Amino acid sequence: MATVIIPTPLRKFTNNTARLNIQADTIEKTVSELTFNFPELKKHLLDEKGQIRSFVNIFVGNDDIRNLQQEKTEVKADTVISIVPAIAGGVQ
Amino acid sequence: MSTHTNITFSKEELARYNRHIIIPEFGLEAQQKLKAAKVLVVGSGGLGSPVLLYLAAAGVGTIGIVDFDVVDDSNLQRQVLFGVESIGKHKVDAAKARLEALNPHINIILYNTQLTSQNALDIIKDYDVVADGTDNFPTRYLVNDAAVLLGKPNVYASIFQFEGQVSVFNYRNKEGVLGPNYRDLYPTPPPPGLVPSCAEGGVLGVLPGIIGSLQALEVIKVVTGVGEPLVGRFYIFDALNFESRTFNISRRDDNPLNGKNPTITALIDYEQFCGVKAVEKPIKEITAKELYDWQVKGETFQLIDVREPHEYDIVNIGAELIPLATVATNADKFSRDTKVVVHCKMGGRSAKAIRELEEKFGFTNLYNLKGGILGYIDEVQPELTKY
Repeated sequence: MATVIIPTPLRKFTNNTARLNIQADTIEKTVSELTFNFPELKKHLLDEKGQIRSFVNIFVGNDDIRNLQQEKTEVKADTVISIVPAIAGGVQ
Repeated sequence: MSTHTNITFSKEELARYNRHIIIPEFGLEAQQKLKAAKVLVVGSGGLGSPVLLYLAAAGVGTIGIVDFDVVDDSNLQRQVLFGVESIGKHKVDAAKARLEALNPHINIILYNTQLTSQNALDIIKDYDVVADGTDNFPTRYLVNDAAVLLGKPNVYASIFQFEGQVSVFNYRNKEGVLGPNYRDLYPTPPPPGLVPSCAEGGVLGVLPGIIGSLQALEVIKVVTGVGEPLVGRFYIFDALNFESRTFNISRRDDNPLNGKNPTITALIDYEQFCGVKAVEKPIKEITAKELYDWQVKGETFQLIDVREPHEYDIVNIGAELIPLATVATNADKFSRDTKVVVHCKMGGRSAKAIRELEEKFGFTNLYNLKGGILGYIDEVQPELTKY
């Protein structure tokens, strides 16, 4: 099963779990499985059309899925998937 | 970069920078480059503190600081540039005093203003490198776009709660190849309200120390040409699990600034771009003084606090506690017969709660306490604890 690393801002929607094991063979199915298990994640990961939001990056290994096959990017049992949303903190 | 070949050092400077100069890969030339360099640090808070301290200590010859804020006691948990004596002073002035005490051989230029689309190009154009340590998406995109339009490298760092990000944007390497920028990484910002700010979500104080130090490191590498700057790579640090990862990022053809068909050729309205203006449907407000008048006169109203229970435990003004995330499920607890004053820490979350209740449940009797409980403490009950 592939490992999905949940960023700290989204862990409150995954019962504070940092790493989840998901059985899926593409990124699309991985996200679908994730949002099925943790419905509150959905609005943070997908827009109204069901597309991955443009302020959320998904990396397979070290590579951005936008430079691979987007949502169709293949996922294997040893794949590590990182979800990295934009954050803006610095001063306050 | 500014020219460095005719840069000389006094005896005192050579003694000060000795530990740099004796590193074989660094040497006198890199130290000359640092002294010749002009670096603009946008934001002198959590990230800006370590960036400014290390750049000043390292001997960056000219450091510009942009900030419009005043030092507050809640800053001191992480903004190590400031001390108790700085409270109430302009951050740029307090920063200058501290940095001059640290290194009298450098030149510090202050911009006691907010960076805007009107002044950004004019301020940034005189610098070699920008270090972005701002705290909101509109300014992030503004700094990025200005740096790209002016052809300046932008050393980026960002933090939230336990997570930090670092990258070097818009850097042209020795072969003339340009690296990606923030819009290649994140084409558009999150809609307002979806991602909380550090003021709402908090940040572990040592995190900006770690991430800001990495940011200072990258500024020094960009200036001196020593090592491989974090270009085309995106570093993230998870302080909770002590894990760091470095991802590959690249330029994108659809980047509106410098992709195949650029559509942005000048700075835009970043508040509008980030949707800050679009959702700002006006809501009714009440000032702390007006609320106090209502209390004194015995006016009938309900007072609701939408902060988290741990914040309520620190300080409260006797309101009923209904945390923001639970407002919709507790809508029936909001009175429809009397005026309802809703407050949070500073007024942001209570505004969200009011908008949600007005949109989903048709409330028309809700008032946002301007400035939140902090404003109330300042105006009405200064003896209460601020946090």
